[in-house]
Amino acid sequence: MTRKLALIVWLGLLALTAVEVWLAYIHTPPLTMLIILLVVSFGKAALIASYFMHLRYEPRAAFRLIIPVSVTFALLLLGFLPDAMRLAERRK
Amino acid sequence: MTHVHTQSKQLGMWLFLISDTLTFSTFLVCYAYARLANPNWPTPFEFSPGVLTAMLMTLILLTSSLTMVFAVQSMRDGERPVATRWLAATILCGIAFIVLHATEWRHLWQIEKVATSGNPWGVPLFGATFFALTGLHMLHVAGGVIYLSVIAIAVARGKFSTEDVETSGLYWHFVDLVWMFIFPLVYLMSVKA
Repeated sequence: MTRKLALIVWLGLLALTAVEVWLAYIHTPPLTMLIILLVVSFGKAALIASYFMHLRYEPRAAFRLIIPVSVTFALLLLGFLPDAMRLAERRK
Repeated sequence: MTHVHTQSKQLGMWLFLISDTLTFSTFLVCYAYARLANPNWPTPFEFSPGVLTAMLMTLILLTSSLTMVFAVQSMRDGERPVATRWLAATILCGIAFIVLHATEWRHLWQIEKVATSGNPWGVPLFGATFFALTGLHMLHVAGGVIYLSVIAIAVARGKFSTEDVETSGLYWHFVDLVWMFIFPLVYLMSVKA
């Protein structure tokens, strides 16, 4: 990766951060904000992993090792969240 | 032989980072669980200075990733003194992040009276999850500063190879990557209305 490309990725990350902060500044409704923030966060993470961590330039085997494990585990954890909503309903 | 040895170092770091991804995922989901289960979850961060300070911390971490990339590039170009300077810049960014984070913690402790056992809003889990999540991340940043310092000193003395700097770079970028989730979910979603 060239220094110029690294600089472009860095500027992109700064721009995405500015978008996130702007959403908080204008007090975007929580659910809309959460969805947008998650999309932007995964986008920023993909940029960092692909370019700064060189995953884009690694053999496909590395990608196959890292991404499915991480995503599967994260999705399994989300299974707990409906219980949190049940608790919230009881506490209202 | 050197090539095989180097690949094993990077593979080792990737395996560690996978395990760390699972750890941070668990912490983030615990935070989300606690938040969803408590309808009166506090939103203690003023846009200024709270969110702006966190934004500055984000900019510092992103910049430190850029300086880390430049350090690796300089090593590839065989410019050890330049690589050492970029590593030093990365370390300074890490220290600046820790100082800002510590200042913010002090504000929450002393001014807002937030502790792991309780807070003025009556939701003790806020302090417990906030300090655990951001504390674990700060511990990683502190560990990274020490790790990079060891690498920088060795590079300045003509020891260690490009691959060693690359491996340390993987760790540092990961610390940056994790913050890309903590910053929006913990800070931006908790701005005082």
